[in-house]
Amino acid sequence: MVEVVLWASLRRLADDRESVEVDAETVKDVLKGLVEQYPALRPHLLDRGVSVSVDGQMVTSGWNEKISANSEVVLLQRIKGG
Amino acid sequence: MKMMHVTTSINGDPTEFLCDPRETMLDVLRDRLNLTGAKEGCGTGDCGACSIILGGEVICACLMLAAEAEGQDIETVEGMANDENLHPLQKKFLEHAALQCGICTPGILVAAKALLEKTNNPTETEVRYWLAGNLCRCTGYDKIVRAVMDAAEEMRSL
Amino acid sequence: MALDDAFEAREFKVVGTRPIRPDGIDKVTGRARFGADASASGMLHGAILRSPHPHARITSIDTSRAESHPSVKAIVTRDDFAKELSGEDWNVLENVMAGERVLYDGHAVAAIAATSVLAAKEALALIDVVYDPLPFVTDVDEAMRPDAPVVREGVADESVPEGMNPNVVRYHENGHGDVDIGFAKADLVIEKTFKTEAAHQGYIEPHACLAQLGADGNGELWCCTQGHFVAARICARLLGIDASQLRVTASEIGGGFGGKTTVFIEPVALALSRKSNRPVKIVMSREEVFRATGPTSSASMDVKIGMRKDGRITAAEGEFRLQGGAFPNAPMEFAAMAAFAPYDLEHVRSKGWDVLCNRPKQAAYRAPGSPMGAFAVESVIDELCNKLGLDPIEVRIQNGSKEGSRAAFGPRFKRIGLIETLEAARAHPHYRAPLKPGQGRGLSCGFWFNHSGETSVTLSLSYDGTVSLAVGTPDIGGSRASMCQMAAEELGIPFDRVRTTIADTGSLGYNDVSHGSRVTYASGLATIKAARDTIQKCCARAAEEWGIDPEAVVWEDGCAKPSGHNAGDFEPMSLAEIAANMGDTGGPISGHFEATPTGAGVSFATHIVDAEVDRETGAAKVTRYTVVQDAGKAIHPSYVEGQFQGGAVQGIGWALNEEYVYGDDGRLQNAGFLDYRIPVASDLPFIDTVIVEVPNPGHPYGVRGVGETSICPPLAAIANAVSNAAGVRMTHLPMSPPRLLKAMQEAGIG
Ligand code: FES
Ligand code: FES
Repeated sequence: MVEVVLWASLRRLADDRESVEVDAETVKDVLKGLVEQYPALRPHLLDRGVSVSVDGQMVTSGWNEKISANSEVVLLQRIKGG
Repeated sequence: MKMMHVTTSINGDPTEFLCDPRETMLDVLRDRLNLTGAKEGCGTGDCGACSIILGGEVICACLMLAAEAEGQDIETVEGMANDENLHPLQKKFLEHAALQCGICTPGILVAAKALLEKTNNPTETEVRYWLAGNLCRCTGYDKIVRAVMDAAEEMRSL
Repeated sequence: MALDDAFEAREFKVVGTRPIRPDGIDKVTGRARFGADASASGMLHGAILRSPHPHARITSIDTSRAESHPSVKAIVTRDDFAKELSGEDWNVLENVMAGERVLYDGHAVAAIAATSVLAAKEALALIDVVYDPLPFVTDVDEAMRPDAPVVREGVADESVPEGMNPNVVRYHENGHGDVDIGFAKADLVIEKTFKTEAAHQGYIEPHACLAQLGADGNGELWCCTQGHFVAARICARLLGIDASQLRVTASEIGGGFGGKTTVFIEPVALALSRKSNRPVKIVMSREEVFRATGPTSSASMDVKIGMRKDGRITAAEGEFRLQGGAFPNAPMEFAAMAAFAPYDLEHVRSKGWDVLCNRPKQAAYRAPGSPMGAFAVESVIDELCNKLGLDPIEVRIQNGSKEGSRAAFGPRFKRIGLIETLEAARAHPHYRAPLKPGQGRGLSCGFWFNHSGETSVTLSLSYDGTVSLAVGTPDIGGSRASMCQMAAEELGIPFDRVRTTIADTGSLGYNDVSHGSRVTYASGLATIKAARDTIQKCCARAAEEWGIDPEAVVWEDGCAKPSGHNAGDFEPMSLAEIAANMGDTGGPISGHFEATPTGAGVSFATHIVDAEVDRETGAAKVTRYTVVQDAGKAIHPSYVEGQFQGGAVQGIGWALNEEYVYGDDGRLQNAGFLDYRIPVASDLPFIDTVIVEVPNPGHPYGVRGVGETSICPPLAAIANAVSNAAGVRMTHLPMSPPRLLKAMQEAGIG
């Protein structure tokens, strides 16, 4: 199981939980696992998209990025730039 | 509107063109004569991207009517290099990386050339005020001012 | 992160030098072809009719008079674009050409293609539009009020709490700890409200394009864009054609800074071309650029920070309200996430609100959101330092984020260089230089995430051993030079043996836009990997020639060599020799890389500014400026310095002068460079730079993006300098002379 940290305004859609445990080996598993547990997260996570920080590394669209059980996984608003 | 016939000289080349009396020199250079080195950044005399030299003075081509070119001598950025040899300003701009996107570069080179023809030893302040009518959004002007002063130094030693 | 992307310390031969850029001669001789420099035979000229109202229902559009003009060949309105779009596609289309309502002054309503520019403009006056004006709002705080005129209904997403004005469309919150506990531990708590006005990216080249689209959906587009692959994708959707049928070529680009990451005129030119069956060119005027492209957001912000007497920050809280025009996605989340990133805080909370106004759809502007947030936060820190008698650099070093610190936006930082920039700033002579009477000094840190994105690169050998490198990220500020350097470095050949081309959308795999400071990082990484792929192929050719195992061949100094005596005794085989025989040894040799890399490293900067204030006129002037920024590894230091200087000066403009001014009629009052005043050479001193290099662990050479972070600290650093010089805290940008004078008068100064 991987612990996934949600940003504060997402928590409202996930029973006010700061982090959620999901069974995940990749970034994609994280997103799918979260949406299965909390369907209200779907529009943000899957339709609009997020960035995922894995051990401090920003993953914007690498769904196959591997995650291990002790990885630090934090959801972020999708990073863009100018 | 009836077209006007104009006879002029551009970068030393005898040139004739027909233009609508409402067209600016910049329109004619770019759209009729295919000299697209001068750029249009504003069309209102505020950015200097269209700088050309008319009878030795630097002007905004966007503020000049094409019909006014009759009998004049015009210089544009296309005429700055002497065949294969770049003008010292062109060389120094490259060495100093005084351009990023390069859209302001033709206008700034033309304006700087006019400055160095007036004085071969300008101070930093003189360069800054002379170029105050030429906007550059990329560089913060630092390397541009350095390149102009370095070119002046090189031209003094020639 | 794949292991071979990881940073590895090494000695460089080409990287870190300052060669002349390969496109340089074209750019100093006027030969380089920018957006407006293209033409085609039979070409028509397009012009766009724009709304004079900030908000109105379009009752009718009658084009019959314009159609009978002899020079007019086509007219398009919203009906000529794809119907069933949703989400961001709909937003972009609605912005490109209004549907039922116009939403801001300058919003496009119809367009004409005619045989000359003059005729097209003349014929615009023959289109009869009947408007039914509606109430409007242009200020972010007013737009949030319950009784404010509603820009659009039904835009808000699930993040917005019930009961708010429909203009509030997104909400964001991040942070950790408990700020109440933190504030209770502070010796001094300061809370202030700040405002920044919308600024425009101000690229000198107006948007321009040349389009050709047949009735069969087959088309060509030439345009100045930060991302032609993305432009192809969006245009195809808006026109209802296949993306691969539209080949887009990126012209040279005269600046973008985020403002050319989307489309405005391109779909319109394509629609006019489809209707007239002729090539159509559209070039925006400067007035159109101001009124109808994407400036940055304006912002209203509250920041509260608590500090102990010894300088330790005990808690920090911020609320960031950004308007992004009549469409969602003002970068409020980045303001909220980035504002406190430089500090390692136990208790921190940031909130962001995305608000609609009757203004043009904001576009990204260099580190979108971060400069405003930094302005608010760093101003409060400056005030705390002043009140507690603490040194602003020491306080920032004491509280600064480092490797392992938990960022306010969630994750723990990997290797970062904030402290190194602060230490370099402290050591810089500027920081100790005496100030003249009437001058003030200001300091600020800044942070940006940096982005990666989809990236494709192809590196091909020519028979003579030279190298052709095709990348898909438009070169805005000299990136061809750094690509050539990285390819040359890997291959072990001289810089001038490589030529870099920006390939069109038909010639290379997909690429994300040149934004997010990603080009040197991502296209650079892709170039390095494509070179390594090429090297592997070259080694295999040598191995076959020598009859040894490919594993026993190494690449050194531009040659394949046996890895040791055991591998065999063969003369090194150079890249040129391998290339010369490639047709007979297995065929052409090219290396590739296609991926979305994940190792973009965040970056930090510290800026020091001296400013002086004229107490009679309220005019502020920057007298000295030093940028210190972590570049990870500077590939071409001159262009890195150029990014630092350019960002700082854009910040000077935003802090002191630049602002979108709306009148009571909801119309933009200053749509030109005369009244929207960007910095000119005589306003400025030299901009001193210090490049700090703390390698990014996610790039083989350690590169971090540099383009955006440079605009994060200036607003705050300049506001701190001006406030210290004027003796009054400036909380509203720009600090234009009237605003500064008023603040001084209200404080009884001057
Ligand atoms: S285009 Fe002539 S001054 Fe700007
Ligand atoms: S280099 Fe881009 S405007 Fe000057």
